[in-house]
Amino acid sequence: MTARERGAAIDIKGATKRYGNFTALDDVSLHIEPGEFMTLLGPSGSGKTTTLNVVAGFTDLTAGDLAVGGKSIVALPAHKRNIGVVFQHYALFPHMTVGKNVAYPLTLRGMDKQARDRLVVRALDMVKMADFAHRYPSELSGGQQQRVALARAIVFDPPLLLMDEPLGALDKKLREWLQLEIKRIHRELGTTFVYVTHDQEEALVLSDRIAVFNQGRIEQVGTGRQLYDEPTTLFVAKFIGESTSLRGEAQASGDQTSLTIAGQKIVAYGKLAGGRKPVVLLRPEKLSLAGTNTPPAAGQNSLTGEVSEAIYLGSGSKYQVTLRDGSVAIVRSSLEATPFSIGDTVDLRWSVVDAKLLADDDRADMTMT
Amino acid sequence: MRLAPFRILLGLFCLLVAVWLVMPTLVIIPMSFNEKKSLAFPPSGFSWQWYANFFTNPDWLSSFFNSLRVAGLVAVAATLIGTLASLGLSRMKHSGAGLLRAILITPMIVPGVVLAIGIYAVYLDYQLVGTTTGFVIAHTMLAIPFVIIAVSASLEVFDVRLETAAASLGANRFTTFRTVTMPLIAPGILSGLLFAFVTSFDEIIVALFITSPYLKTLPVQIFTSITRDADPTVTAVGTIIFIATTLIISAGLIISSKSTRS
Repeated sequence: MTARERGAAIDIKGATKRYGNFTALDDVSLHIEPGEFMTLLGPSGSGKTTTLNVVAGFTDLTAGDLAVGGKSIVALPAHKRNIGVVFQHYALFPHMTVGKNVAYPLTLRGMDKQARDRLVVRALDMVKMADFAHRYPSELSGGQQQRVALARAIVFDPPLLLMDEPLGALDKKLREWLQLEIKRIHRELGTTFVYVTHDQEEALVLSDRIAVFNQGRIEQVGTGRQLYDEPTTLFVAKFIGESTSLRGEAQASGDQTSLTIAGQKIVAYGKLAGGRKPVVLLRPEKLSLAGTNTPPAAGQNSLTGEVSEAIYLGSGSKYQVTLRDGSVAIVRSSLEATPFSIGDTVDLRWSVVDAKLLADDDRADMTMT
Repeated sequence: MRLAPFRILLGLFCLLVAVWLVMPTLVIIPMSFNEKKSLAFPPSGFSWQWYANFFTNPDWLSSFFNSLRVAGLVAVAATLIGTLASLGLSRMKHSGAGLLRAILITPMIVPGVVLAIGIYAVYLDYQLVGTTTGFVIAHTMLAIPFVIIAVSASLEVFDVRLETAAASLGANRFTTFRTVTMPLIAPGILSGLLFAFVTSFDEIIVALFITSPYLKTLPVQIFTSITRDADPTVTAVGTIIFIATTLIISAGLIISSKSTRS
């Protein structure tokens, strides 16, 4: 059996969860491949944790179906699902040693002591905590506790591991190191991982694919690259990475849409159906700055603005440019580019092909980058 | 330096209050070693005879064992019911929980004599006066609030999310309770048990109403003995109960303070 085959596929179909008038999950469908590392990403209250709790069996669905390995588990109580769960708050049993904690799921499964000890050592080895088997959780740091919790969740070899913001309570440096550890463990086990986080950077580091949640729905599912380069909604574009969004008087012609912003006209490929208001979305590294006296190259758009912030980053520079309509553009430029300072009047330039045309959506403004 | 006289006065006052609070208890200890058959204070001489009387007189011994038996049964029953009630209350989310908790605590607040009248009236009809069953039912009711308070304090610091974790690892609700919840609230349960035992063991008001010549508890025996004749055995018994109760309650307090700290 190869590592990949040990994980189970997950199928969430039309999952809906209502609490009175509040809809926590609104017709969510998601397929996760066996052995895949899937991250559920979104702001708090977006439904990502509800989805995880539904899969774990901690929350019942109002409607919809849920299958693991092709079998519906909706009717199974949490303790019969055989799914590993790692919590943000560790949830180690304080009255048991590390070894007893990790052995707990094996004891419940009636495994004899010898086999149990062997698996406990193996799981603790995997998280590099084998020397701590006789300690109590209260004697460990947060990062160590979470590694023990991880060992306890994988020791019974579940086909699926759920992680609910497991690094949320740890400091940045430890978090980054544990991210790599989790990635390694995922590779070694071949188990399907479903990981919940609100941290887009963490999602990009860990995941095979990311499902972006917003207001109880999935906005888009894809690899990090797909979400960054080809966002299908303004919410996804703003949630993943930095971006500049431009709004103006729109006019569609042929396969292009033109926008007039404070008297200057720009174009982008594509057009929106149904007369929805368009937004032109630009990633910071696709933008460049030029003096107003140099003419734009063919196929380039140009907008005039004033540098309102200039930050030297070592590997390059980052600028904020306030455009004439008051909107702010974020630009990343390489070291070779001509430097500008605050107060300079500049032209913001980009190739027409680098702009994304998306439907405007005021829900997207709720997110912070 | 000008504060010194004031501080001395304050110290004296505190000492006076302290003496006032512990004096009645401390008086009985020297009296229990009295040589004469009198309750006069200060006592004269020294003897163990009242202790000897306690351990040889069948009236005293049988009432002592009655109290022990009733308190033992009460401790078990009250702990069982009180613990289950606390668990239920801690999991109730709606506003009814507060009201229900208040109702369960009432036996602690209602004047003992009021309860005693009610209990006596009912017991006459059901022939429970002077029976172990009658004592256990009445005292359990009085002890349940103490168990609820002790166990609820433990549950307050118990992290319910551990139960969710246990479920994810394959434990059903009963196994979860047995392996996770109970060991972690055990200090609260144990101190509830001790409080319940003591509540029953030194209960006198209700006991006076429902007692009979065939079933007397120790406090009832003390009361009847001291009102009938000036038998200094009561001071020996008092001393024994005082020491035993102090030990049990301190144990209970130490256990419960440990559980809330961890």
